[in-house]
Amino acid sequence: MSCCDCKAKKNDLITEFPEKTKQLTAFIDALEIGIDRDKNRGFLIESLHEAQSLFGYLPRAIQQFVADKLKLHLSEVYGVISFYSYFTDTPVGKYKINICTGTACFVRGADSILQEFKRLLVLEEGETSVDEKFSLGGLRCVGACSLAPVVMVNEKVYGKVTTKMVAEIISECH
Amino acid sequence: MIDNVKTLNQQVEALKQEGFAATKVLVSMGTCGIAAGATPILEELKKNIAENQLENAVEIVETGCVGQCYAEPSIEICNTESNSSITYSNVKERDVSMIVSHLADVAAGLGTAEKTWYYPEIEKNDDNKIQARIVLRNSGRIDPEKLEDYLKNDGYQALAKVLTEMTSEDVVKEITESGLRGRGGGGFPTGMKWSFAASQPAGQKYMICNADEGDPGAFMDRAVLEGDPHSVLEAMAIGGYAIGADTGIIYIRAEYPLAIKRLKIAIKQAEDKGLLGKNIFESGFDFKIELKYGAGAFVCGEETALIHSIEGKRGEPTFKPPFPAVSGLWGKPTIVNNVETYANIPAIIRAGAKWFRSIGTEKSPGTKVFALAGKIKNVGLVEVPMGTSLRDIIYNLGGGIRDGKEFKAVQTGGPSGGCLKSDRLETGIDYESLVAIGSMMGSGGMIVMDEDDCMVNIAKFFLDFTLDESCGKCTPCRIGNTRMHEMLELICEGKATMDTITKLKNLAAAIKDTALCGLGQTSPNPVLSTLANFEDEYKAHILDKTCLAGVCTKLITYTINDKCVGCTLCARNCPVSCIAGERKELHVIDQKECIKCGVCYQACKFHAIDRT
Repeated sequence: MSCCDCKAKKNDLITEFPEKTKQLTAFIDALEIGIDRDKNRGFLIESLHEAQSLFGYLPRAIQQFVADKLKLHLSEVYGVISFYSYFTDTPVGKYKINICTGTACFVRGADSILQEFKRLLVLEEGETSVDEKFSLGGLRCVGACSLAPVVMVNEKVYGKVTTKMVAEIISECH
Repeated sequence: MIDNVKTLNQQVEALKQEGFAATKVLVSMGTCGIAAGATPILEELKKNIAENQLENAVEIVETGCVGQCYAEPSIEICNTESNSSITYSNVKERDVSMIVSHLADVAAGLGTAEKTWYYPEIEKNDDNKIQARIVLRNSGRIDPEKLEDYLKNDGYQALAKVLTEMTSEDVVKEITESGLRGRGGGGFPTGMKWSFAASQPAGQKYMICNADEGDPGAFMDRAVLEGDPHSVLEAMAIGGYAIGADTGIIYIRAEYPLAIKRLKIAIKQAEDKGLLGKNIFESGFDFKIELKYGAGAFVCGEETALIHSIEGKRGEPTFKPPFPAVSGLWGKPTIVNNVETYANIPAIIRAGAKWFRSIGTEKSPGTKVFALAGKIKNVGLVEVPMGTSLRDIIYNLGGGIRDGKEFKAVQTGGPSGGCLKSDRLETGIDYESLVAIGSMMGSGGMIVMDEDDCMVNIAKFFLDFTLDESCGKCTPCRIGNTRMHEMLELICEGKATMDTITKLKNLAAAIKDTALCGLGQTSPNPVLSTLANFEDEYKAHILDKTCLAGVCTKLITYTINDKCVGCTLCARNCPVSCIAGERKELHVIDQKECIKCGVCYQACKFHAIDRT
C-alpha cells in the first residue's frame, strides 16, 4: 500500500506544480467550454497538448483534472491518450533520444542504429532509464530524408548517423 | 485592408513599383535546411553582407523548401535584371564570405545554374524540362512569412476572381472540368466531391485540409505549408465559397512545428488584410480558418478517422456511406482535401481547366510531387507532369543510385503501396498505371532500394508500421496483419516452409476484401507486391536459409578468410570486441558473441570477411 501511495503522491503534479496548474486552467478556461459534452470533447486534444507541454507527461491526476474541466469522463480522456502516440502517461527522460522510423531512414540503416542505442543504454524501445536521464524511442518521419538515418535528441537533429557515432551522441548528453 | 479587387490590384501594383534590390540571396529555411545547419549560415550571411555594406544592394529572402534536400544547406543568388542565378549547395559557414564576394558576378550576369524545372503557368517549356512546378511554384522562391511576396506572385487573385466573377456552381464546374484528383492517395475527383457537398441544403458546412502527413518518407505537404502557406488558405476559401461553407479547419501534425508557426502567421496576415473573415472582397462571403492538431496517428489520414479526431475522439474510421460530404464533422456536410490538392486550386482558377488538362495524362491531369529518398543520389522533392516515367524520375532527376550500386526496387505509395522491379522503370506513372502494376500513387513517397536491401525485410518493415498504426477497430486489420507479420518473421528467421507463402497470400486476399478502411484494405500490398516481384528472395530465405542481401541477421554469419593480413582494423571497429588475433596474423570472430552488425564487413579493406 505504501508503495502505491508514494506513487500516487509523486504523480500528483497538480498540487506539486501550482504555477503550471494555473497556466493549464487559464488555457482551458479561455476555450468555449459549455454544457454540450460533444462540443467540449472537440477541445480535448488541444487541452492535452497544452497539459503535456507543461508537465512533460499525462499521469492520472492530470487526466482527471482535464476530464473535470471539460466535463468528460476519465475513461474518455484515457481512451484518447492511449490511442495517440504523441501522448504519454509515463514520465520521460531528460534526454529524449528518438530514432526516425521512416522508410528512408530504415533503408539507410536506422535499425542498426537503434540496436546500438539499445545495447549501450541497456534500454528497450519506449523505455526510460531508472535515473530518468534517457528515454529511447522511435519517431515518425521528420522529413529530413536527405540526412538519413536521422536521430533526434530532444530538439537537436543528428544526420547521417553511423553506429560509431552512437556512443558520441550519448556522451554529448550531460 | 484589402476590401475589394481594386484595392488588391492597387496594392500589388504599389508593391511591384516599390524600389527593390535587383540581387536576391535566397536561403532555404525549411525543416530540412535548418536540420542541415542553415540557421548559423544565415546569421553568417547577414553579418557578411553588413560588413561589406551591401544591405541596400541585396535582399535576403528566407524561403521554404526548394526541394533539393541533397544540396542543403543551400544559398541561391539571383539577379532579376540580368536574369542569371547561381546555386551553392552544401554550404558551410566558412564558405559564406566567398559567396558574398561573388554577388557582384551574378549582378553582372556571370554564373548560371541549370534548373531542372519550369513553371507551366507563367512560362513555356522550351528546353524540355522534366519537372513542371504548379504546387511548388512559390516554394523556395518567396518568403512564406511575408504576405507581400505572395501577393506579388498572383496571390489571392484566384479568390478575387471567384468571389467577384463566378457563381459557386461555376467554381465546382471549373474544378470538375479540370479533372483534378485527390493528391492524398485515393485519387477521387475533387470537383465531384465538392459537388456532393454543394448540393446539400444550405446551412453549416466545413472545409477541412488534411495536413496530417503520415506516410513515412513523404514530406511534400510540409514543404508546401512551410514554403507557401497562403496558397492553401486561398484554396480553402475558394472551396468554402463553392460548397457554401464559412469555416475551414486545417488538421495538422503536431510534429510539424515550423509549418504550424508559418500557418499561424499566414492566417493572422490574411485576417488583418480582410482576405479571411467577414465580407471578403465585398462579396458578402465570410470565411474563417482554424488549426487543429493531430497527435500521432497514421489512420487519421482517412477522412472519417480525421473527422473523429477533430471531434476529440479516438481516430477510428467509420463505414461509408454516409460520406463526409453529406454527414461529416458534427454531422454537417464536410469536404476533406489534402494540402497538395488544395495547392493546385488557385492555379486552376487563374489559368483555367483547359490549361490544367494540357498537363499530365487524360485520366490524371496535372502534376504530382514525389518525395525521392532512399538509396538515391539526389534526395528531395520533384514535381513532374503525370505520365512521367519512373526512369526519368529516378535517373534523370534523382541522379541514379548512390555509391555505384545496382538498382533493385522502387517503392511507391508508402505502407499502402508496392515495390516495383527494374522492368517497370519505363512505366509512365499516373493513378491507373501504378495500380495496374501492383502499387499505388499514395501521397507520393518514392523510396529507391539497391542490392543491399532485403525485400522480405522491407515487407516486414511496412507491416510493422501498419501493426503499430492499426486503430484496432476491425478484426482483419488488427489480427490479420499480426498473423502476417508473424509469418514474415518466420521467413526472416529461416523457420518457414513453402506453405507459409500460400498462407500469406490467402490471408492477404482476405484482409484486402474485408478490412473496414483504406489503411486495412491496402496493408497487404507491400507483401503481395514483393511476393509477385521478388519471389526468389522469399524462396532463398525458406529453402536455402540465406538472405541474399545479407540483412536478416538470423540467417547470416560473418567469418574471416585467409585474405586476412592481420591489420586489426576489424577488431578495433567491432562494437562488442569479439574479434581476436595478433597483429599480422589471421583474425577470428567469436560466433557466440557476434551481434552481426556488419561493421567488420564494411571496415575490411582486403575482402577478408565472408558473409554467408
